[in-house]
Amino acid sequence: MVHSVLKTDGNPSEAIHSLLRRLLDEGIVDALLVPLRVASGDNTVQTLVRDARRLEGMDVLAPVMPVTTARLVSAITMTGIKERVGVVMRDCEIRAVVELVKLQQAKADNLLIIGMDCLGTYEVPDYADLMRSGADVEGALLAHAIGGQPQPHEGKAFRTACQMCEKFTPSHGDLRIHLFGDDPMERIHVEVADDLAARLGLEPAAPAQARENVVAAIARQRTETRDRLFASFRERTKDIAGLQAYLSTCIRCHNCMVNCPICYCKECIFRTPIFDHESEKYQMWAARKGAVRLPTDTLLFHITRLNHMVTSCVGCGMCDSACPSHLPIATMFRAVGQEVQALFDYVPGRSLDEPPPVATFREDELEGIQ
Amino acid sequence: MADTEFEPRIIAFLCNWCTYTGADLAGTSRIQYPPNIRVIRLMCSGALDPVYVSKALLEGADGVLIGGCHPGDCHYQTGNYKARRRVAILKSILKQLGFDEDRIWLRWISASEGRLFADTVTEMVAALKAKGPNPLKGAWDI
Repeated sequence: MVHSVLKTDGNPSEAIHSLLRRLLDEGIVDALLVPLRVASGDNTVQTLVRDARRLEGMDVLAPVMPVTTARLVSAITMTGIKERVGVVMRDCEIRAVVELVKLQQAKADNLLIIGMDCLGTYEVPDYADLMRSGADVEGALLAHAIGGQPQPHEGKAFRTACQMCEKFTPSHGDLRIHLFGDDPMERIHVEVADDLAARLGLEPAAPAQARENVVAAIARQRTETRDRLFASFRERTKDIAGLQAYLSTCIRCHNCMVNCPICYCKECIFRTPIFDHESEKYQMWAARKGAVRLPTDTLLFHITRLNHMVTSCVGCGMCDSACPSHLPIATMFRAVGQEVQALFDYVPGRSLDEPPPVATFREDELEGIQ
Repeated sequence: MADTEFEPRIIAFLCNWCTYTGADLAGTSRIQYPPNIRVIRLMCSGALDPVYVSKALLEGADGVLIGGCHPGDCHYQTGNYKARRRVAILKSILKQLGFDEDRIWLRWISASEGRLFADTVTEMVAALKAKGPNPLKGAWDI
């Protein structure tokens, strides 16, 4: 990787955007998957762009993640593509792509991953509110890039998953855009794969000196938040009654599953005939227990989803964002995941070479389980 | 009083090639063991999705026994190793969520080990009696 610097002349978005535009203009990629601002101005949506003229509304700094790009990468690469696609992603999305590739739900062969430092994201309605109010949302966040600890707008909060995210800098990618540790109004640092740097004519430069400390300080503060949330989750779910209380307002809509990048099953077990019961069965259960909550199997749904995917949970928090009852599902998945992943010394998204724990085994392990 | 003593109900998921046949052997050998077990035959312990184990416990089963081939002896080469990982994950999750994960037993019992099967069931019934009934028995709101 080569370290280089983009001069921004007071307009960091434009500096990044013109670099990305060159990827398409110069034929380095055939398409870009990037966020474009919608006509109403209050949201950005990930968009697959082949015609460079369509990049006009590009806005890679918008602190909002309407869906996780990992799902989109799966959709556009799953059955193979000849075109080379550049994809702009936050690290949680990149880590989810790594998991999906290993789960054979995406192909990385023709991807050019463009990783961005993440300044935090708002829930979509909060972001839309801020944009409609005319706030300088990106400018306010970028002002914190040099010193660290980006703060949300007054009256708004970052998504809980972002508040406890300690992995917010790109861990993979041919092009990594660094915002932290220097003044984006003057320059933005990039790390670029050697061949790409040569094609783009990027000159080597010294990395931002302050970056390491700034990133470490944010990570430390996020880790504290994370541990506080984990402790509160563990306190609340010490027994089954606690777990029931934690999930008491679940309406069984399956939104958490639908929006999870790792829940890839084309036919989820909870949407198969296994859970289409004969009418008489409901009477039987009500008779056996005296009463039965409907729809049934709320705890079973969450416990099973944990079993199926918690080993690969990257903590993107899309489950939280999708929940109409605002249940802290991501905190549950990250807290439970921490212990389960530790069983196998597995870090989701760390490496393409480590098979997911449920897809492999060792002969000499877990002796105590039997 | 013997007639009101708690009798645990165990759901057993047994591999066709080993533990299920071991259970058969216990029967044909006329080895006595407590009748607290309800057996579901699987083609492999590796074919058991944790959803069925969780469902049994959530519906009030007092214990779940998973029987598979000894390591290295799987009819399909590696199913039991995969089962072992899944059970480890399931137990970790249930423990963290406030369940008693010791109600789930994974045991390697071969087709020739009828005695071991009977002893395992006897031992499990005793352990579950000591624990008492599954607190979720009769729970309407899970």
